[in-house]
Amino acid sequence: MAKEININSIPKEKLALANLGDHIKDQKFDDKPIGYFKDAWRRFCKNKASIVAAIIILLIVVFAVVMPFFDSGTGTEFDTYYAKKTPRNLLLSNIGIATGDVNKDYNERAYILEIAKGIAATVNFENMPSIGEALAQDNPLQPVTNLEKVVQTEQGKNVNNIYYANVDEYLSVGFIYKQVSQEEYAKIVAWQEETGIQVLYPLINTKEYCYSATDANWWYKTDEKGNPLYTNKSGKVKKIEFENVDEVVLEDNYLRYTSGENKGELRYWKYQGGGNTVETAEYQVRVLYYNYYRYTHDGAEPEFLFGTDVSGYDLAQRIAMGLRLSLLFSVCIFAINFILGAMYGAIEGYYGGAPDLIMEFVVYVLSGVPFIVVSTLFQIHLAAKVGAIPSLIFAFVLTGWIGTAGLVRTQFYRFKNQEYVMAARTLGAKDSRIIWKHIFPNTLGTIITSSVLAIPGVIFSESMLTYLGIVNLNSKTSTSLGTVLAQAEGTWTEKPHVMLFPALFISLLMICFNLFGNGLRDAFNPSLRGTEE
Amino acid sequence: MIKYVFKRILLMLVALFCITTICFVLIRALPMSPPEGATEAQKQQIEDIWNARGYDEPLLVQYGIYLKGIFTEFDFGTSWVIKKTAPAWDLLVGRLLPTVLVNLYSLLFAVPLGILFGIYAAIKKNKWQDHLISVMVILFVSVPSYVYAFLVQYFLYFKLDWFPPVISSLADAGGTWFSWTMFHSMIPPILALSFGQIAGLCRFTRAELTETLTSDYMLLARTKGLTRSQATTRHALKNAMVPILPSILGSFVGILGGSLIIEQIFSIPGVGALYTQSIFSRDYDVFMMDCIFYTAIGLLSGIIIDISYGFIDPRIRMGER
Repeated sequence: MAKEININSIPKEKLALANLGDHIKDQKFDDKPIGYFKDAWRRFCKNKASIVAAIIILLIVVFAVVMPFFDSGTGTEFDTYYAKKTPRNLLLSNIGIATGDVNKDYNERAYILEIAKGIAATVNFENMPSIGEALAQDNPLQPVTNLEKVVQTEQGKNVNNIYYANVDEYLSVGFIYKQVSQEEYAKIVAWQEETGIQVLYPLINTKEYCYSATDANWWYKTDEKGNPLYTNKSGKVKKIEFENVDEVVLEDNYLRYTSGENKGELRYWKYQGGGNTVETAEYQVRVLYYNYYRYTHDGAEPEFLFGTDVSGYDLAQRIAMGLRLSLLFSVCIFAINFILGAMYGAIEGYYGGAPDLIMEFVVYVLSGVPFIVVSTLFQIHLAAKVGAIPSLIFAFVLTGWIGTAGLVRTQFYRFKNQEYVMAARTLGAKDSRIIWKHIFPNTLGTIITSSVLAIPGVIFSESMLTYLGIVNLNSKTSTSLGTVLAQAEGTWTEKPHVMLFPALFISLLMICFNLFGNGLRDAFNPSLRGTEE
Repeated sequence: MIKYVFKRILLMLVALFCITTICFVLIRALPMSPPEGATEAQKQQIEDIWNARGYDEPLLVQYGIYLKGIFTEFDFGTSWVIKKTAPAWDLLVGRLLPTVLVNLYSLLFAVPLGILFGIYAAIKKNKWQDHLISVMVILFVSVPSYVYAFLVQYFLYFKLDWFPPVISSLADAGGTWFSWTMFHSMIPPILALSFGQIAGLCRFTRAELTETLTSDYMLLARTKGLTRSQATTRHALKNAMVPILPSILGSFVGILGGSLIIEQIFSIPGVGALYTQSIFSRDYDVFMMDCIFYTAIGLLSGIIIDISYGFIDPRIRMGER
């Protein structure tokens, strides 16, 4: 029930006057006045896209700076066996991404070879499992993780099976022959005993029943076509007859001692020359590369968040290097353009007249020089003397400030005849004081915006020049995203990740800088105040 | 007006002269050696020609000879590596057609689309269509053109196999740049070039049109009784086109230069490819020619943009104080 209030008869005890007796004077504002920059900051914060962009830029910077601390040498040392491999991360593989798996199709022979790598990797040399059993076993060293389907194709009389399987690319490298010093051999053996991880595997008898003497993966008896063989009871070697490939039980073809006290035992090393002394003797050994990698990396399994690049570097590390370089360029050029552009524009705009005309002509000539020509000439002339990176920075600086200078100049023309400047001049302020204290702060917003918006261009130009190979910033310890992309050419249709990740990062960086710059521009533009609400 | 045009052209020539001089000095200061792989006799022959043409004189004298060659015989130097003893100018002209074609096609494709999207976004301002277009524009403007090139190659060639990965050679295309095979193989680079142009033009058009749509004369036009579409096409669009048309004209001049990276990825035998080739093979006369060419194009498109304002917008009086 609404209660009506009769204004004319309010009870006296309920009536209290707000301000009795005291004079109401103008009170000071309790909060601080909002200046130009604070206002810009507030408006920038309202722009959600720019905030997100700024956060992403920050994350990219963190990624670029932090990555080297997680580098166990995979970013600066390349590994030809693990080149162009897909992303693999043990943590992420639990949820089904970055497993290091690829889909491959095999014929029968290749399929047996692939599974045989996993069979040989387990140290059990007795009771060889059949192909089917090996696939069913839970073996962490088995390259084939899942057999998807078998397709039969008929070619005339022959029926060929094609096996489509998921294969761990890192395990699929299998075994390799390696030449090590005797000292190194002893180290590996010690490491094996300490960790229980088998690195050294028996050598193969390459004299007979061996399909390839150079490929360390053919450890089982095969005929000259690579079909598996077995020894029957009477000691004759025969081709295995099988209905289904799952039934095949492989027979090893390992090298054994033929004489001496350990006759019949497996041989793990072969003398390869280098003299008879312990220090210099070289052994040939057969190692499982996956475990050998763990041996060389303190037991760490191969993990590459973004996979590996064409030469076998860790792609994540290379991208971080490229990003570092791009960001370094951006910051340098931002700073230099800011300073140069501001000074040049200030002098032009403030003094006007003849200096302005002459300086404008200089700008006109300089802006006529195509950037690509400048960077090429600087590269040819200076790269040998001061290095590729400084000469590229010089090239950027030569014409980069022109845009900023133009903006500053117009701003100076706008402000230099305003009353407050005249007042300052009347009070005896010097030119330098008027320029820097009175007019320049008004131009800051524009300069910052234009300098930020120039950054994506810098990143693009840098990556373009390195992509084309005009500028070469590639070395063991540094690279550029353009080079990473250029190297991926030719292989990336089969291995899209070598192109995808660098392209993704550079696109993301440029999108974010553009969004960030747009946000700044809107924030610093007072005429846009209140238009969004 | 004519006086202004003359003044601008004169200024351009002065600038061109300055830049040419700097480039010439920097390029001729580089050590020159006969191309690798040539026999001793050929090397000796080339060095004899160089000496005869004054390549061993002081730089200033060399520059005099160079300028004299340009003005009297239109001789911009000679290619020593890429195409032995062919005039650099002929080499450049021979490369122009593929570059111009690819860029022209992409521009013809991009300009209408860009303007249409821009108009649509401006009309639907602050509705979801506008927001969608704005997001797409930011994406397409920012992503570098070579990423498009990879995407186009990956999807249209590798996945769908609709187009060849690089453009056809002249022999495959029946000896002409205008055959259907050639055009078909040019579609991937055209697409890769277009995305950025469409997005850029769309953003430009939207910005200009939203400004003119809110101006006072639009209000007047509506009060006069024009429908919204009439007022938009006859008044707003015309005024919005004032800054857009010159920039389109400028980019038509720019098509001569081509894109270095797109020409590399799609192996287009164009001007950009010639530039990279001349650097890598150290064919400095061709490189010099390329520098002049790029500079001239840049300056020319600047002038054309400025002058076209005078023709397009009757309010602008050129060269008047």
